[in-house]
Amino acid sequence: MEMNNYILLIVGMMIVTYIPKLIPFFILSKEKIPTKLNKFLKLIPYTALGALLIPDVFYTTPSIPQASILGIGFAAIYVWHKGGIIIPILGSIFVTFIVILVHTG
Amino acid sequence: MQAQCIKKLSLRDGVMAGVPIFIGYFPIAMAFGILSKTVGISMKDSFLISVFVFGGASQFIALNLLTLGVGIGEIIVTTLLVNFRYFLMSASLATKMTDAIKKWIPVIAFGVTDEIFSIASFKHEEITKEFMLPLQFLGYFSWVTGTVMGYWLGGILPENIKDSMGIALYAMFIAILIPEAKKSKLITFLIGLSGLVNTLLKKLTTLPPGWTLIVSIISISLLGSCLLKEEEVNGDE
Repeated sequence: MEMNNYILLIVGMMIVTYIPKLIPFFILSKEKIPTKLNKFLKLIPYTALGALLIPDVFYTTPSIPQASILGIGFAAIYVWHKGGIIIPILGSIFVTFIVILVHTG
Repeated sequence: MQAQCIKKLSLRDGVMAGVPIFIGYFPIAMAFGILSKTVGISMKDSFLISVFVFGGASQFIALNLLTLGVGIGEIIVTTLLVNFRYFLMSASLATKMTDAIKKWIPVIAFGVTDEIFSIASFKHEEITKEFMLPLQFLGYFSWVTGTVMGYWLGGILPENIKDSMGIALYAMFIAILIPEAKKSKLITFLIGLSGLVNTLLKKLTTLPPGWTLIVSIISISLLGSCLLKEEEVNGDE
């Protein structure tokens, strides 16, 4: 593909990514929202994360599925007991790496 | 006058929240850089995509479509479909912000991502620009530098390490979700149900990429708003 086309692609992708992020801020603000809509909007973080996580989390290491399962399992157990974000992230990468290493030899 | 008891989120809070985002994004951005090189686009273009789009999953999908020889128009439409969920996230986030932040909306809107949105939404305090801007800057900086580092180091890194980095984002999601899920059984149920609906939609329908997510978010949030009592949803004071 020619260089020109990449610039077009990048600008196009930028616009269609930015617009959905921007518009709601002009429509909604903290002051005036019906209770029902407010509840709906407040639930979005939970439902979004649920759907972002499942089922894709099981497919991050397609050839060795148990690697990503054990990696995310480590993160889940650690967070449940101790909380935090950094250790779960680095730990899950490490666990996944070790499992892959064991399986590929 | 502000009530004394409401703590305002400071710059320090923003930096503290941004560090895990930085660490979580870096391997994913590296993966994007590595893949860009494999697909055969230049480092400059790979860098520019991360700089101007800052669009997570949609960037990977675009690379995928490029290798399949799909046209620019179709890639842009797909990107819109994949990223339409940000409409819902920004709408949710907007309800946590007051007019004081208005001037910064164009910048803050650009920096809305799945992860930054999640971190910010689970804060009980009102979102301030002092909190939001460093949080987003750290995420953005990680995304852009990670892309370049990945492109640059892609050839050197062993395959095993590259494969294991994909888990980072999901570990971040888990770390954000579990403390919230522990607070309420109904919330836990809604999180799981949303994942289940998304899985079924992916398996059983031919919805375009990103739309299984949108249908799951909208349907389960609607269901939840009927089931939930007001005080169970965070940040409603």
